[in-house]
Amino acid sequence: MFESIVAILIVVGAIFTLIGSIGLYKLPDFYMRLHGPTKASTLGVGSILIASAIYFSSKTDSVSTHEILITVFLFITAPVSAHLMAKAALHIKIKEKDSTN
Amino acid sequence: MLEIAIPIAFVFISIAFVLSTIRLIKGPSVPDRILALDTLYINSIALLVLLGIHLESALYFESALLIALMGFVGTIALSKYLLRGDIVE
Amino acid sequence: MLKRIFPHPILTVVLLIVWLFLNNTIATGHIVLGLVLAILIPWLTSAYWPERNCIKKPFTLLKFLLLVLWDILVANLKVAVLILGKRANLKPGFITIELDVKTPLGISVLANVISLTPGTVSCDLSMDRQSLLVHALHIEDAQQIIDEIKQRYEKPIIEVFTAC
Repeated sequence: MFESIVAILIVVGAIFTLIGSIGLYKLPDFYMRLHGPTKASTLGVGSILIASAIYFSSKTDSVSTHEILITVFLFITAPVSAHLMAKAALHIKIKEKDSTN
Repeated sequence: MLEIAIPIAFVFISIAFVLSTIRLIKGPSVPDRILALDTLYINSIALLVLLGIHLESALYFESALLIALMGFVGTIALSKYLLRGDIVE
Repeated sequence: MLKRIFPHPILTVVLLIVWLFLNNTIATGHIVLGLVLAILIPWLTSAYWPERNCIKKPFTLLKFLLLVLWDILVANLKVAVLILGKRANLKPGFITIELDVKTPLGISVLANVISLTPGTVSCDLSMDRQSLLVHALHIEDAQQIIDEIKQRYEKPIIEVFTAC
């Protein structure tokens, strides 16, 4: 029971992480690329971390909670770093839809 | 079930690594490279945690936590450098 | 007197919970050590946190957090479809949102929530803290996005995070 939940969470998390990187790779300009990693990758990693928490909680007697801490940390920091990167890009005047390569 | 799920996840995350690395090399601008580094560290957390589940060891959690902390600080420092031309004000 | 020992009661509680989560235990020794840290750290760093924040209506905050969590899930599915779909169909662009929230904490919570939810990333806050520049991955109707952000997220934030 627990094992199948863990397996599903792991695969879903890996798919979201991959989608984040695909977004980073294929979208045409910097501001659009920002969307992939900040949302998809964060959720993907969060899902894998929660899978790890469930796995180690079911494996051992004690409850494993510190993975949740990384998840919360990532969900708080991802928007902050995205905001700062966007601000830096605006500051050095990167244009929209210009740098297609 | 886990024996199938973990290798699949390893493959997906490795592809994610490759795609981010291509973006890191290609650029074209500096913020793009910072974003690629940011994605790389998030992916490496996923890979480490998966390795921890695979080897049934809770030891990898500590390094994942450290990467999360240091990666965030690194991204902020690089962005600040672009914004101000200086990291420590 | 109590305010001098506990300059930020919410921070104290959060620090204690984080300490216990980090150590994976609720043993008495760790609760004591966590309490000592949770009281010492806000006290030592209180010079860096001049303004005090109050949370009114904790129930609204809880409802808001659940709403945001749900929206993050839905948002990710939407963004995944947008990313994997044809790039020519995307209409990205910048939107300016006039802010009604005035407190610094409220503005930063709103900016973070905007970054985590459907196809929008907050990019820049104007110097006078009056408007927020937001980049959207796909704009069909700019006014609709602004209205949704204001209705869904800004209203509960104004209710919960007020200066005191």
